[in-house]
Amino acid sequence: MNDILIILLIVGGTAALSWPLGKYMTWAMQKGKTPVSAGLAPQSWAHYLGSMLVFNACMFVLVFLILLTQQWLPLNPDTKQALNWDLVFNTASSFTTNTNLQHYSGEVSLSYFSQVFGLMWLQFVSAATGIACLTALARGLGGSKELGNFFIDLQRATFLVLLPLAFIVAALYVLGGMPMTLNGAAQATTLEGVAQTIARGPVATFVAIKQLGTNGGGFFGPNSTHPLENPTFFTNAISMFAIIIIPMACVWLFGRVTRRMGHAGVVFGVMLVLILGKIGWAVCSESTPTAAFDGLPVAQNVGNLEGKELRLGATTGPLWSVLTTSTSNGSVGSMHNSLNPLTGLAPLSGMWLNATFGGVGVGMINMFIYIVVAVFLAGMMIGRTPEYMGKRVEAREMLLAAICLLAHPLLILGGTALFALIPAWGAETINNPGARGFTEMLYEFSSAAANNGSGYEGLGDGSVPWNVATGLVMLIGRYLPIILPLAIAGSLAAKRTVAESAGTLRTDIPTFGIMLAGVIVLLGALTFLPAAVLGPIVEHLSLVR
Amino acid sequence: MKNLITSLKLVVLTLVICCVAYPLFVLALAQTVTPETANGSLLQNTSGDVIGSRLIAQEFHSPRYFWSRPSGVDYDGAGAGGSNLAPANPELTERARNLITTYGASAENPLPADLVTASGSGLDPHISEAAARFQIARVAEARGWPVEKVAALVEARAVSAGGPLVPDKIVPVLELNFALDQAK
Repeated sequence: MNDILIILLIVGGTAALSWPLGKYMTWAMQKGKTPVSAGLAPQSWAHYLGSMLVFNACMFVLVFLILLTQQWLPLNPDTKQALNWDLVFNTASSFTTNTNLQHYSGEVSLSYFSQVFGLMWLQFVSAATGIACLTALARGLGGSKELGNFFIDLQRATFLVLLPLAFIVAALYVLGGMPMTLNGAAQATTLEGVAQTIARGPVATFVAIKQLGTNGGGFFGPNSTHPLENPTFFTNAISMFAIIIIPMACVWLFGRVTRRMGHAGVVFGVMLVLILGKIGWAVCSESTPTAAFDGLPVAQNVGNLEGKELRLGATTGPLWSVLTTSTSNGSVGSMHNSLNPLTGLAPLSGMWLNATFGGVGVGMINMFIYIVVAVFLAGMMIGRTPEYMGKRVEAREMLLAAICLLAHPLLILGGTALFALIPAWGAETINNPGARGFTEMLYEFSSAAANNGSGYEGLGDGSVPWNVATGLVMLIGRYLPIILPLAIAGSLAAKRTVAESAGTLRTDIPTFGIMLAGVIVLLGALTFLPAAVLGPIVEHLSLVR
Repeated sequence: MKNLITSLKLVVLTLVICCVAYPLFVLALAQTVTPETANGSLLQNTSGDVIGSRLIAQEFHSPRYFWSRPSGVDYDGAGAGGSNLAPANPELTERARNLITTYGASAENPLPADLVTASGSGLDPHISEAAARFQIARVAEARGWPVEKVAALVEARAVSAGGPLVPDKIVPVLELNFALDQAK
């Protein structure tokens, strides 16, 4: 009973808050004033993308250099040493693409300078890139050929949206007991006389933008299971709000800019139903006690406790795992590799669909592709030319949409297959034996392609093959699903508007919602079902007594 | 290229505002309003030495102390992590058997699950109230105190994890053990 209450409070409460935030974000992205604006004119979709890619390239290069030279840079009180080139490549790609996949442990390997000026900076500007691109997409679909100026949108997203929210969340974290200091690690002598080094640092500011920007990279290795990264039930609740609030508000932003709030409402409803379904599945599955203790005198009354933290409550593990993978966040409130086998299907499916709210900005962009496909299929089924927002959806748009949709499973399944075939790359790096090991590899590629960043930890992913492969997958998985939708929007914007008539396919009614949900589940489920069977389902069946 | 120059301008602007102004402001707030938690919630003994953090678990072997949850990283405060053991992994069952022997649990007196499972960070500072009660007898015997005295100390330290929403109580191990040492 309490479980349901907690879920409703967190998901329902954030949904309620997302409405005013959506209003504010629309004002900020459409009308906000920015420090640098001289000479910045509205751009076509191609120029917008060009500016975005140049800026993102600068992001990557700068942080690559910072990480490569961290041992010579200031703000390094615990004298962290140099990092290997493949880890630097992987980390720079990871944070530039809003993934925050971490093949390192923050408090072990990185200096404060790297965390603050390298990674935290990328957490702001990569999230801002996503919000900017979504606004551009919405403007294009709303009818204008000029999508705005990328540099102005970037500033609006960073300074008017992310920064104020980050201040509020960081202040709440500080009041909740999270550390915020530039002192190096503390030295203690335990009650039994053993020396213990306690790592700390500028945690509150880092974690605030980590959650809000659906970044997910933790200050500490174990992410939000670490007591200093998530001290209390209160900070836990704030974190979960912060994970989903901007992705939810982005749907309203899309609706307001395209002036189609009814349609946005249907989309929001579809996402909400899917996410609640996954949450229910995960919480139920995880409340089954772990099979490892069968027949042993262990009193299990809250389900599987391996990899969980007591102060966060039993619901947190599975609830957080769904929220974080539905939104491409990737932070964790429990160790995913210790979840029950079937529970793992919830985060995995979240990453495979990558659109049930999805990442800031890009979640709604991904959903746009599903919408275009749904509109096309619906049009074909009733024998009418498909149209979306008054524009005809024709062969060119469908080609781009199909490429976009196929890239995702290709990266995930192709990557997993490759690493499964080459033992030195894949099979020899797994942590748990059997089907779980396969799932570890599948999860890693899913996480990289979906720009999520969580993982089934224990996998030996600090190797050169893993670093390079996931780095490349993250880059492709980020930019292709931004470039192609914007190209579609540009293509649609250049067409003549078709007047709405009685025969127009309505996208703001529940029937369309059902169609959309069906398309998402069919395209997502069918593609990944074989992989799901080989991993989590086989593992579960092997444990069934 | 114009794109490059504008990008570099924005790189500098965002770095200054997001990585200098924002953290400095929050740092000032934290160090003035909540200095103790801002520096890691460190706990000190009567002589002023740092004995650990209120939020970070440490290892306890002696029967005089309450023992923490198992740790996948041996309570390393500078390198935290979980065990990452899946339910089907035989290592998990093995570890559980060893712990059951150590604690002396049996079918009539089963061991609470949190004492057999590793936490996500390896540094979980709490144990459940049931886990604390399980250990009261041992601690009382090791110290030569009446059971009620130890039980009272446990009761005093038990907190509800999430207010009215989470009925089960948890006990912070380090603070409890420190209180045991203080009470004479």
